Amino acid sequence: MSTAAATHDDHHDHHHAPTGLKRWLFSTNHKDIGTLYLWFSFAMFLVGGFMAMVIRAELLEPGMQFVDPEFFNQMTTVHGLVMVFGAVMPATVGLANWMIPLMIGAPDMALPRMNNWSFWILPFAFGILIFAVLMSAFGAGNPSAPNFGWTFYAPLSTKYGPASTDLFILSVHMMGISSIMGAINVVVTVFNMRAPGMTLMKMPLFVWTWLITAFLLIAVIPVLAGAVTMMLTDRHFGTSFFDAAGGGDPVLFQHVFWFFGHPEVYIMILPSFGIVSAIIPAFARKPLFGYASMVYATASIALLSFVVWAHHMFTVGMPLAGTLFFMYMTMLISVPTGVKVFNWVATMWRGSLTFELPMKWAIAFVILFTCGGLSGLMLAITPVDFQYHDTYFVVAHFHYVLVTGAIFSIFAAAYYWLPKWSGVMPSKLLGELHFWNSLISANLLFFPMHFVGLAGMPRRYADYALQFADYNFWISIGGFWFGLSQVIFLIVAIRCAMKKGEPAPAKPWEGAEGLEWEVPSPAPFHTFDTPPVIK
Amino acid sequence: MSDNQPLSVEERNKRTLKKLVIWAVAMFGFAFLMVPFYNVICDITGLNGKTSSTAATQAPEKVVADRTVTVEFITQRGDGISGEFTSETKRVKVHPGEITLVHFYATNPTGSDMVTQSIPSVTPGEAARYLHKTQCFCFDQQTLAAGERKDMPMIFYLDPEIPRHINQFTLSYTIFDVTERVAGKNNSVAVN
Repeated sequence: MSTAAATHDDHHDHHHAPTGLKRWLFSTNHKDIGTLYLWFSFAMFLVGGFMAMVIRAELLEPGMQFVDPEFFNQMTTVHGLVMVFGAVMPATVGLANWMIPLMIGAPDMALPRMNNWSFWILPFAFGILIFAVLMSAFGAGNPSAPNFGWTFYAPLSTKYGPASTDLFILSVHMMGISSIMGAINVVVTVFNMRAPGMTLMKMPLFVWTWLITAFLLIAVIPVLAGAVTMMLTDRHFGTSFFDAAGGGDPVLFQHVFWFFGHPEVYIMILPSFGIVSAIIPAFARKPLFGYASMVYATASIALLSFVVWAHHMFTVGMPLAGTLFFMYMTMLISVPTGVKVFNWVATMWRGSLTFELPMKWAIAFVILFTCGGLSGLMLAITPVDFQYHDTYFVVAHFHYVLVTGAIFSIFAAAYYWLPKWSGVMPSKLLGELHFWNSLISANLLFFPMHFVGLAGMPRRYADYALQFADYNFWISIGGFWFGLSQVIFLIVAIRCAMKKGEPAPAKPWEGAEGLEWEVPSPAPFHTFDTPPVIK
Repeated sequence: MSDNQPLSVEERNKRTLKKLVIWAVAMFGFAFLMVPFYNVICDITGLNGKTSSTAATQAPEKVVADRTVTVEFITQRGDGISGEFTSETKRVKVHPGEITLVHFYATNPTGSDMVTQSIPSVTPGEAARYLHKTQCFCFDQQTLAAGERKDMPMIFYLDPEIPRHINQFTLSYTIFDVTERVAGKNNSVAVN
């Protein structure tokens, strides 16, 4: 740094915002970094979605049509990884970056430079992973991309993993570092940067759910890093963590992985709980029912998420006491989750409801997430899980909670806060088209998966028995329809970014509450340089 | 800085950051701690069908003559094994506490010596802790000379306390070729 630049910094000359590429590359502004996260996650959503289209094209009809089974496995693997780590997680981090400082009256995130770093690692992490896929699709000799499922069970990923597994390991390490830094930033911001008077129990629920999510991230992402490190040393440095021949145990991998993996699913859904807890009161024109119980329910879900991991592996041959423990603990999670659903419904009860776009998405979230939760409760029952395990029933379950759950709530958040981000109202016509097409196609896509799953269609195969043909045809149609519907959102977002549309007032939603609506739309580059007064 | 003065935001941020980083590093360590922890749990409970890797030294207290348990033996060939690996006895009915000898055979049809390691596993897993082996080829690595057919005996008894509902269980052995692994270890020792 030159002295001139240092002096420049000392003067706190905030009045001219950096422009061009530098604005984005060197940004330490929470709003710009939030925007980067959101665009990145949407790009990854389209990339992962394209892979899902390849999967559904192959499964449109029985028999082999477009890709060979080897490439099909790479598609299911990378689709899962991209969607989990590239679409859902960065989208919620983007929302956190944009909204948490605005919601708690802070001028920025607590650690702005780390914030820049945690974003800019991500494109490289996914660049590495997608490079492996491109090599597989177009490279010389078509070396395989990771093909062992997003759960990368040993020994598929250790002894039998393709050479690109090492790219995958590096990529996961980078994603993990990014997530941990993002999470640390959220915790430090929420603990130290709140405006005077903003006590913990006055914070908007989105901030609460993100604070708890951040703690989960700091607790389990290092465990994921540990798992991939063990894989790496097993593959290249002669250790035998997961290799039976050397005294290791492949089942250990599943324990380590799911110790990370189960809290991970709550990492993806807790911010969604915060989003709908902001939106439903705004359009029901009533305060959120049971605020304190929502906070405690979120915390209980987070704590319980550490003691349910083995419900993903009931079929490995656990002792009876073990399966019973994990079964009851899993069922116990439905209690705090039920409290939340009850509170959302109670908030709407006798409210002055209007159904603007964010509210439509939020209500769809409540209903469809509950469907996904219900099938989760079925999966929790050990004896019946033996039937459902590794079938399309599981695929239906986690797509209900992640697509019609997490992603629907992220769309709800986008429509709710786009006026604040861009200064213009998102197009109503396009938004309605996006919502109704997504709603109907997502159900056509995922609901019949329950039926084929119960009938015994296993997941992660490029082909299926003939009796599943009709259902799979309609599932694929739903898939293409859902995929195309997301292009509508791309248009909505680009229109907002280009400021095309009705100008948005500071508070575009009549019943909305919160500090974010006290700043103009679009939110200025710097907000709350002097802390706001909290009533 | 005295304790009376409130800390600046930057100072508080740094303190929180430090705590969180320490926590993240500790959780990375915890992932590795899960490995010995898992092994101990497996040893104690027989979780996952792991049998003890050391020889039982005590003789059984008694023989329960009024009940029999069927023990089945299956064998599998792991990576690098091209020869045979079978048990002479496919199943045996034993009284708990009765000392029994069974024979396994492995052949090495290749032209070079081979170091093998056999890994046991019991299904259902809860039977594992009641299986006591006084001698087993799985306790050590077995070297098969080129062209050798090796007799590998295993002597075991069942704990007289084995629960009544376990009438039958399967003991499986998978044999692995660990020649390269052993050679690699020796080389690295030599280098050091």
